[in-house]
Amino acid sequence: MLSIKNLHASIGGNEILKGISLEVKAGEVHAIMGPNGSGKSTLSKVLAGREEYEVTAGSVEYLGKNLLDFSPEDRAREGIFLAFQYPVEIPGVTNIMFLRTALNEIRKYHGKEPLEGPEFLKLVREKTKILDLDDSLLKRPVNEGFSGGEKKRNEIFQMAVLEPKLAILDETDSGLDIDALRAVSDGINKLKNKDNGIIMVTHYQRLLDYIVPDFVHVLLNGKIVKSGTRELALELEEKGYDWIREEQKEEVV
Amino acid sequence: MNEIEQFTKSEYKYGFSTDIEQEMAPKGLSEDTVRFISAKKNEPQWMLDYRLKAYRHWLTMKVPTWQNVHYPQIDFQDIYYYAAPKAKPKLNSLDEVDPELLDTFKKLGIPLEEQKLLANVAVDAVFDSVSVTTTFKEALKEKGVIFCSFSEAVREHSELIKQYMGSVVPYTDNYYAALNAAVFSDGSFVYIPKGVRCPMELSTYFRINAENTGQFERTLIIADDGAYVSYLEGCTAPKRDENQLHAAVVELITNENAEIKYSTVQNWYAGDENGKGGIYNFVTKRGICKGNNSKISWTQVETGSAITWKYPSCILKGDNSIGEFYSVAVTNNAQQADTGTKMIHLGRNTKSTIVSKGISAGRGNQTYRGLVKVSKAAENARNHSQCDSLLIGDKCGAHTFPYFEISNPSAKIEHEATTSKIGDDQLFYCQSRGISAEEAVSLIVNGYCKDVFKELPMEFAMEATKLLSISLEGSVG
Repeated sequence: MLSIKNLHASIGGNEILKGISLEVKAGEVHAIMGPNGSGKSTLSKVLAGREEYEVTAGSVEYLGKNLLDFSPEDRAREGIFLAFQYPVEIPGVTNIMFLRTALNEIRKYHGKEPLEGPEFLKLVREKTKILDLDDSLLKRPVNEGFSGGEKKRNEIFQMAVLEPKLAILDETDSGLDIDALRAVSDGINKLKNKDNGIIMVTHYQRLLDYIVPDFVHVLLNGKIVKSGTRELALELEEKGYDWIREEQKEEVV
Repeated sequence: MNEIEQFTKSEYKYGFSTDIEQEMAPKGLSEDTVRFISAKKNEPQWMLDYRLKAYRHWLTMKVPTWQNVHYPQIDFQDIYYYAAPKAKPKLNSLDEVDPELLDTFKKLGIPLEEQKLLANVAVDAVFDSVSVTTTFKEALKEKGVIFCSFSEAVREHSELIKQYMGSVVPYTDNYYAALNAAVFSDGSFVYIPKGVRCPMELSTYFRINAENTGQFERTLIIADDGAYVSYLEGCTAPKRDENQLHAAVVELITNENAEIKYSTVQNWYAGDENGKGGIYNFVTKRGICKGNNSKISWTQVETGSAITWKYPSCILKGDNSIGEFYSVAVTNNAQQADTGTKMIHLGRNTKSTIVSKGISAGRGNQTYRGLVKVSKAAENARNHSQCDSLLIGDKCGAHTFPYFEISNPSAKIEHEATTSKIGDDQLFYCQSRGISAEEAVSLIVNGYCKDVFKELPMEFAMEATKLLSISLEGSVG
């Protein structure tokens, strides 16, 4: 569903992504790991369409279309969802109002009628149940006054309602204690199916204990330098990133 | 790239002008102008005397400069003080109203035929210096409610006018109040008799049409013992390159157990994106809760005007009286606003609430200025003030000047203020959920204004919501 080829992107003239290639098929879970500053978050934002980043070379094909041609909102309407590393607060706008607007915009894009209050509420209640969330969350302003864990769970809740085809989870595990991590992972696992793809960006392999990836990629200095399976993540956990850096040097030599 | 950088101007829907034969006063201001207006209105001598006193006082006054708005000096001799569509002198029914005028109001969304109006809203339609017609007069009369143009009230209800006009805003009050008292042309008059709950919403729609003309209207609303009325005013003007002055005076009086709810949706032409043209909206609005247990509530949604400068206020004289001020003010492009309220606590156990929501976008500049005054005798006064500012982009400004003068130690005063900003992060977050930047602004702004909009009558709340999104259209690139 997603085919990234030789993607280069920069911000303020600084090149961050230096030729990324990645294939994601429906039903697959990919984990992207790497040290700080390797370009993990940049990749997430570029895919979601953040305009600060300039794509200087390469291509991104999504469901047969050139993703880079789409505005951020149209990418979302096409089924891409970015769970933010730092979810943004929107004072005065309740979660439910926000989600209803988003969902109906997506529906409008696909020529569907908007969901009216009662129908929408029904859908939302189903999702809160699946994720074992408290309904009081719905009436609170988006992310305002939420704890770190609540914010991350709220991201997954939005994902549950919007039902994206491709979810990009940007360090969804960061800042979570073990219980919150389990709750968030449970949620993601419940939403996973054979038709959607998931890209998880993370520092730590502990998330992968809960959500088992099909592939693990190591991002280093703006490039994917190594790909493997679950075992690669365990190896990274044990040995850190230095051995990969060494390998890289040797290859260059 | 900054997403909130580019500011374009959305089309002002009401910017058309009506080509109609006008009768104008000679340009400029003098005693003759005052006499001319008074004669046009067939006013009694006492009214002319009042005007002349006001005019002479105005001559001794200086243009105020303390407000935080900037504009070139107004040449008061370069303004027409009276402009009226040529029409039959007396209008008894709509058949006698110039079809051109009916059409103008229809285009503004105010059909004046009673059957086409919202059944529960009576309208007084003011076009430049005259009231065109007032609807549902008969139905209201049955309840003893007087709702008519100010000019008519001067002739027909002179005792009430003599008693109340200038009792809340005397002509000596300020520069523009003095000017208004001298040259006011029309406006609305409302009297709700004892014990009557006005059966419908009353509203006045002000339309400025003529070029180089000022509009100086007066509104006077009296709710007698136990009476209740909800009143709404709306206003628009054509797009013109020169600035036009709108200097109105509004006075509200509530006797014992009475309540007046006064709502404004102000959409005067705001000028173009470079600040050319637009209305100077310099208005004095004040109400007095004269009787015990009475209540005055101001709600304003100010989206138009090049400059908005007004402080709808409450004098809480009666014991247990309540004053409220709910405001949303928007400044986009080069608009400026210096607005707020004054709550003067005189009686015992008086209570006031202030909720002010400022929205600045473009290069708009906005000031909240408010005074809460508790006099020595005002035992147990309570005030809660909430002043919020929302900035869209990084070229606009918001300022808050709350003043408190508390002379009674039993007073309980609370003040909260916040400033927030719609930033690129919020917009991107919304976009990544399928909501366009423009819709995101509208969503955020409406969420922000919720506390004020809920005070408006239902139909007008919807109108205000729409208006707000139009005012901010194009505020994100």
